[in-house]
Amino acid sequence: MTSVTGVSAPDPSPTSSVASRSTGRLGDRVFSGLSIGAGTLVVVLVLLIGLFLVTQAVPALQRNEVNFLTSSEWTVSGEHPRFGVAGLLWVTVVSSIIAMLLAVPVGVAVALFLTQYAPTWLARPAAGTIDLLAAVPSIVYGLWGLRQFGPVLVPVQQFFAQYFGWIPIFAPNNGLSGNVSTIFVVGVVLAIMILPIVTALSREVFAQTPRAHIEGAMALGATKWETIRTAVLPFGKPGVISAAMLGLGRALGETLAVTIILATLAPGTPWVASLFNGGETFASKIANNAGEFDTPQKTGAFLAAGLVLFLLTFVVNAIARIVIERRKAFSE
Amino acid sequence: MSASTPKQGRPDAAAEDVRTLEATPSCSATRVVERDAEPAGPAGNPRNEGASGHKSGGRAAADVAARIIMWGAFVLAVIPLVWILWSVVSNGLELVGSPRWWSDDAAGTSARRPGGGALHAIVGTLEMAAVTALIAVPIGVLTAVYLVEYGRGRLARLVSFMVDILTGVPSIVAGLFIYAFWVTTLGGQRIPFAATLSLVLLMIPVVVRSTEEMLKLVPNELREASFALGVPKWKTIVQVVLPTAFSGIVTGILLGLARVMGETAPLIILAPYTKYLQGDLFANLMATLPTMINDNRTEVTQAAIDRAWAASLTLILIILAFNLVGRLIARTSKVKA
Amino acid sequence: MAKRIDVQDLDIYYGKFKAVEGVSMRIEPRSVTAFIGPSGCGKSTVLRTLNRMHEVIPGASVDGQVLLDDKDLYAKDMDPVAVRRTIGMVFQRPNPFPTMSIFDNVAAGLRLNGVKNRKVLSETVERSLKGANLWNEVKDRLDKPGAGLSGGQQQRLCIARAIAVSPEVLLMDEPCSALDPISTLAIEDLIHEIKEKYTIVIVTHNMQQAARVSDRTAFFNLAATGKPGKLIEIDDTQKMFNRPSEKATEDYISGRFG
Ligand SMILES: Nc1ncnc2c1ncn2[C@@H]1O[C@H](COP(=O)(O)OP(=O)(O)OP(=O)(O)O)[C@@H](O)[C@H]1O
Ligand SMILES: [Mg+2]
Repeated sequence: MTSVTGVSAPDPSPTSSVASRSTGRLGDRVFSGLSIGAGTLVVVLVLLIGLFLVTQAVPALQRNEVNFLTSSEWTVSGEHPRFGVAGLLWVTVVSSIIAMLLAVPVGVAVALFLTQYAPTWLARPAAGTIDLLAAVPSIVYGLWGLRQFGPVLVPVQQFFAQYFGWIPIFAPNNGLSGNVSTIFVVGVVLAIMILPIVTALSREVFAQTPRAHIEGAMALGATKWETIRTAVLPFGKPGVISAAMLGLGRALGETLAVTIILATLAPGTPWVASLFNGGETFASKIANNAGEFDTPQKTGAFLAAGLVLFLLTFVVNAIARIVIERRKAFSE
Repeated sequence: MSASTPKQGRPDAAAEDVRTLEATPSCSATRVVERDAEPAGPAGNPRNEGASGHKSGGRAAADVAARIIMWGAFVLAVIPLVWILWSVVSNGLELVGSPRWWSDDAAGTSARRPGGGALHAIVGTLEMAAVTALIAVPIGVLTAVYLVEYGRGRLARLVSFMVDILTGVPSIVAGLFIYAFWVTTLGGQRIPFAATLSLVLLMIPVVVRSTEEMLKLVPNELREASFALGVPKWKTIVQVVLPTAFSGIVTGILLGLARVMGETAPLIILAPYTKYLQGDLFANLMATLPTMINDNRTEVTQAAIDRAWAASLTLILIILAFNLVGRLIARTSKVKA
Repeated sequence: MAKRIDVQDLDIYYGKFKAVEGVSMRIEPRSVTAFIGPSGCGKSTVLRTLNRMHEVIPGASVDGQVLLDDKDLYAKDMDPVAVRRTIGMVFQRPNPFPTMSIFDNVAAGLRLNGVKNRKVLSETVERSLKGANLWNEVKDRLDKPGAGLSGGQQQRLCIARAIAVSPEVLLMDEPCSALDPISTLAIEDLIHEIKEKYTIVIVTHNMQQAARVSDRTAFFNLAATGKPGKLIEIDDTQKMFNRPSEKATEDYISGRFG
């Protein structure tokens, strides 16, 4: 029987007016009104976020004298504002992609460990331990990344710069590879921060692998690893993709850890591909300048940057959602 | 080998040890990437695999390697946690251990003058959390009730989608939105209450999702039993469904609070820090632990850095306490996943 | 107290799917009527339309009439909540409210409908528990959780809960199918006792049970899967089990079918 309540209920047919008569009493009307109101409020809130950012960014954008999407300048006050997000976009996306590339394989492996390998006495506490990583505030990650973890990564950076420096992203960049405050370090710290999200979601889907699939593989004489490859991973793939997307979304919007670790560059510094470089992300740009929102024009420029970030995370999260929805439709 | 080295290093997590451990993770991380890339092709019949890999020794070796990698990945993931906790505790314990920390504000301290307390920030953090919960919980719980008990068709799907989007809204964007709404549009000041509103925005989706999960776990038979007694739907929800899911909902709220208490970005935009104990959400300045950390971390003096670590430790302790209580309450739940 | 139910030409739908077609029957007061028939023929569905529980399922609807002593349950001005208060229901699996004590479970119907008077409540609880043959087993632990009882006790608790709101009719959907033989007997005895006061309709897959407890029996069947279920015949249980008018009934009861 389908649930009385499931959202997946069959289409309300015209004849269901029988049911709607039942809400004739006052209490029912008030309570269902309240709950519909709350749900609608959530919808309105999200729309308002977009609306407010757009309406207040537009005037500033109209006065902008360079292309907002392709310029890397950032002069927001005065008669001739020139600002663009190309530089922010690069640093934001690159650091988040580093984070995803590191966190997804490790997160998937940890999820496999938790669901397939860990002895039962260990599985629950181990999962709880990984979840604790999510309980650490991002500002603490920043502090730790700058002061404790970053210095340990510097030799790694130098190793890459020395032996793979011919690849543009690993270029030594005037010795900045010896510095803690680089995009690379930020990416690795972000990876640690999104690891619990990726792990938790992957764990959930792996745990749902139908027993029949697993037993089917095992009955063919597959080893544990082969069973995982033939049954668990294919089943969990959409879940892993959406976990990766959600992790990416988190990384794109992460503020404090980036703000603390990453060194800002002097205005006018030319763009280089190297990961051993400073810069700013959307979020860190806004946070770094939070004290300076004094004129509508300045504020508008930062709101415009915030809008791009909002749209970016919106798209990434929507993709995550669509992937997981498709899987639900498939597995039901 | 990557599995055994870190395991030995874990118990005595001295800073030195940790440093050497770090060499292993990055290389085992790359190995995981390689491992993972390999099976990306269509899942083949393991038998073919065995046949083309001549001897079953190869298959067994792959199996052992996979096992080692999975264990290694777990150990690798635990290292940062232990390391962070260790850093925070070892750097922050001294101040946090002093009675003044819990009883005084930071009046009279400066970047050069060590000591001082964190009472002002603790009060601010807890107060903001309480008010955030006060606003976010009714909205979140009612939204979840809508989705599970009433929601049908288009609107329900839209609400559910928007909740997902709200989950993904970066905290800095939430802060910017409230700034655009409160300061630019309404002409208000940057006050702690405005910061609280942005925390509400971040907390709502957490409450909706966790409450929704719990409501779905309430067996339908209970609703039907109540309906069959001639109880109206709203009373069934308020007096049968919600109480049955109660502890799970509380757990979700506590975990959600634990999450928003550590949020810093909106506070930087909307709630400037002060060293003094000030509990009025509508006054200009109010301290919280995140802004206290942020204020002190920008200084280079040891006194300030110590305070930043100590405030971090305090914040983590509070968050862990909320997590712990949440998990304990979850154990008393009447409905099980 | 007990009232008569008349069903007239009832069609029942789940969304667009017609689950049951053309049911007409009379259910006599102060008697037990058993619904039998193969799985999926719509016994539960018909039962749930008798107290408008059917419509809590999204998309579910009915067409036709159900009269309770000549009052149309599906009339425009009829409140389904009031209907359910008059016509109680006991489910296949015992479902006491897990957050409530034994006392509160039995009192739930009254409390949730606004009765606060402690004395009225405790009198009703005692009367209902006695009525459900459970009083002696639980009178010393009324404040303990209802979920802590055995399955059979829980089911009798649910019956006590249902009769506490003084319904006219009691609907039971396979009330014994989750119980052991001894608990089943206890419930059957109970049905026997309370039929003096209520109109009882019980769905069962157990032929012996139908023969033991019911005065009248209704046999439902369906032509093929995907086709709507139909009422084949309803008659005195004696007659149904000895010389039914329809061949299909005889086949089913004698085990040559389903
Ligand atoms: N919630 C529902 N949504 C859609 N179809 C349903 C639902 N409940 C029952 N049906 C369908 O209605 C028909 C009758 O089901 P019903 O549960 O009434 O049968 P039943 O006679 O009680 O069977 P059983 O003896 O197995 O309990 C079946 O075809 C069933 O699939
Ligand atoms: Mg049935």
